[in-house]
Amino acid sequence: MANKLTVSLSPHVHSGDSVSKNMYGVLIALVPALICSFIYFGLGAILTTVVSVASCVFFEWAINKYMLKNTQTTVCDGSAILTGVLLAFNVPSNIPLWILILGALFAIGVVKMTFGGLGCNLFNPALAGRAFLLISFPVQMTTWPVPGQAFMTVDGETAATPLALLKQMAKSGDVSSLADMPDSLAMLLGNTGGAMGEVCELAILIGFCYMLWKGIITWHIPVSIIATVFVFAGILHLADPLHYASPVYQVVSGGLLLGAVFMATDYVTSPMSKNGQIVYGIAIGFLTIVIRTWGAYPEGMSFAILIMNAFTPLINTYFKPKRFGEVVKK
Amino acid sequence: MKTFRIGGVHPAENKLSAAEPIKVAELPKVAVFPMGQHIGAPAKPVVAKGDKVKVGTMIAEAGGFVSAPIYSSVSGTVLKVDTVVDASGYAKPAVYITVEGDEWEESIDRSTKLVTLNDRPELTSKDIIEKIKNAGVVGMGGACFPTHVKLSPPPGSKPEWVIINAVECEPYLTADHRLMLEHADEILVGVTLLMKAVNVNKGFIGIENNKPDAIKLMTERAKQFSQFDIEVVPLKVKYPQGGEKQLIDAVVSRQVPAPPALPVSVGAILQNVGTAYAVYEAVMKNKPLFERIVTVTGKNLAHPSNLLVRMGTPMSQLIDACGGLPEDTGKVIGGGPMMGKALINTEVPICKGSSGVLIMNDKEARRAEAQPCIRCAKCVGACPMGLEPYLLSKLSAYADWERAEAEDITSCIECGSCSFTCPSHRPLLDQIRLGKATVMGIIRARNVK
Repeated sequence: MANKLTVSLSPHVHSGDSVSKNMYGVLIALVPALICSFIYFGLGAILTTVVSVASCVFFEWAINKYMLKNTQTTVCDGSAILTGVLLAFNVPSNIPLWILILGALFAIGVVKMTFGGLGCNLFNPALAGRAFLLISFPVQMTTWPVPGQAFMTVDGETAATPLALLKQMAKSGDVSSLADMPDSLAMLLGNTGGAMGEVCELAILIGFCYMLWKGIITWHIPVSIIATVFVFAGILHLADPLHYASPVYQVVSGGLLLGAVFMATDYVTSPMSKNGQIVYGIAIGFLTIVIRTWGAYPEGMSFAILIMNAFTPLINTYFKPKRFGEVVKK
Repeated sequence: MKTFRIGGVHPAENKLSAAEPIKVAELPKVAVFPMGQHIGAPAKPVVAKGDKVKVGTMIAEAGGFVSAPIYSSVSGTVLKVDTVVDASGYAKPAVYITVEGDEWEESIDRSTKLVTLNDRPELTSKDIIEKIKNAGVVGMGGACFPTHVKLSPPPGSKPEWVIINAVECEPYLTADHRLMLEHADEILVGVTLLMKAVNVNKGFIGIENNKPDAIKLMTERAKQFSQFDIEVVPLKVKYPQGGEKQLIDAVVSRQVPAPPALPVSVGAILQNVGTAYAVYEAVMKNKPLFERIVTVTGKNLAHPSNLLVRMGTPMSQLIDACGGLPEDTGKVIGGGPMMGKALINTEVPICKGSSGVLIMNDKEARRAEAQPCIRCAKCVGACPMGLEPYLLSKLSAYADWERAEAEDITSCIECGSCSFTCPSHRPLLDQIRLGKATVMGIIRARNVK
């Protein structure tokens, strides 16, 4: 017995946390939003999610096995499932499935696996997949089904998103369609056109609270994004209320909350230190409003996050955590 | 509730033996005394084979200023001066003594009567430090830094407070907790002695609030020493609060700058609660340091206990006294689970710094396989020194020592919070230790030039 003892360096205990616990934790946090999208968009949403998840998992497994020839697989850790769900959340529920599968191939194959797989990717796979689809298939990606017509055919009525309406009005100078805009409360509950996961903001906030409670993410990134958007949009709105939407409207519309809570907080592509995370969040919030207000696209969140993903290594280099002993004496 | 400001984790406390009163362990048949039981130069043996010794006889003298003498904990005959494998896993010089009876040196006061500074008003700061030095007292928390050195701050520095570390933030360990419950008065006299030794008026005792009974008792008993300002500070449970820098930050909100700055640079003199007790015994009872409280614990151990152990007793004897080594034992740790050392066998003797013996089963002993870093930043959030463990471990793996030094790898206190918290089970601290040791070597070589 005595010569069979394990000898290793301390610490000898572990928190019990694991990669898959975190990934499945995020998935649990996505459940309310998932349920909402099923309620609003019906079978189309379910089908889209299932196909997206299945193709992401399949591509990761296949690339691991046949191209990289890894014996250790990362398929079971939940990260590919998460990418699949987030990708589905970023597309209209009536998207042609072959387009979606192409998006999954790009997200997993190009954005994640070519960089070395889990933990090595520079950009958020789901968002990069969305950006790829938006540029390649602009029409299919912006034909939004109307919520509530869940069980109609997939080719049913379509609706412009509130942000697209805003952009149109700003361009034409015609504010007559302002009356058609859904109010902020309807947007919070999700009763508007939009991508699957974007519509019900309340469900996303519930997911946010769950992740905070479980310690999966910290408040720094989401709160700094939302606060920046609120302040910056507020200044614009005060200057010219007719052309610039109110800050509350900017916060609850489009993919802002989804992006702030589930996309920008992606472990791999966001900064490591708390102050770096706040800088990152402020920059995302700022860029989002810039793109939404003056850019070509009505929706700026995903591009803002992707741009800041590219800055993450730089932020990590220049924004260090406060070292012990540097704190000013009380 | 006060605590330190940066990082920290909360491991499961598992204080299995918290309600177990201190029991006196049996004498060993042969006691073994390694010569290097403290930080600094190893002690030099002053006995030879065949010499008769009593309990409290000096068997080795200090090997320098930063060193401490070693006293026999048993009476008997010196068997040999040889080597023994200690907790570090290396064979070190050691004195073996065959135990015969239990005869104590006459100079030791074995009565339990409390002696306070009021009874010995003639004691000066110098007397106290001299007695502590001669008694071989070292830090009892595990680091084993000779106490008299800590009480002799470099010229120019001005101690303002004595802070007593009664945090016991390591999971499982309860030795300090029991010591406070059973010897509160002696500890408090020890604190007054330490305060007098460094000539300060304010003392703090930091205790985590998972020991409310100890907080209450110490607060109450401290009132009888009204001429000294001793304050018991309840602290929020958080690891590594027992780290010297973390405790100073928690208690007085001051942060010791990066090495080589000492705690006294912000005015604090830190001592472990066990050290305070040892100081009392050394100064007031003329009793050198040769026994200590050891927690023997583990989830599968039949009777987790707190034992008063003579130094040199092999750990196997303590484990037998607590129900024997369980069948499925995978690891035996000297100390607590966060910073203790895994032992290569159970014959390792109890030394001045042995706060516990922890037995883990096969399953607990095994580490999970490491997965890729997902850059979740949990290690950055957990690091109590504000470092970036993910980066330091990577720099160590790449042998980029220059950058590792620039990223403050030498500030690491090796508390293990990063490895503990890593969801990918990466051996962060293993790599950082290697990097830190290498960088320290480089710095030393540079300073020599």
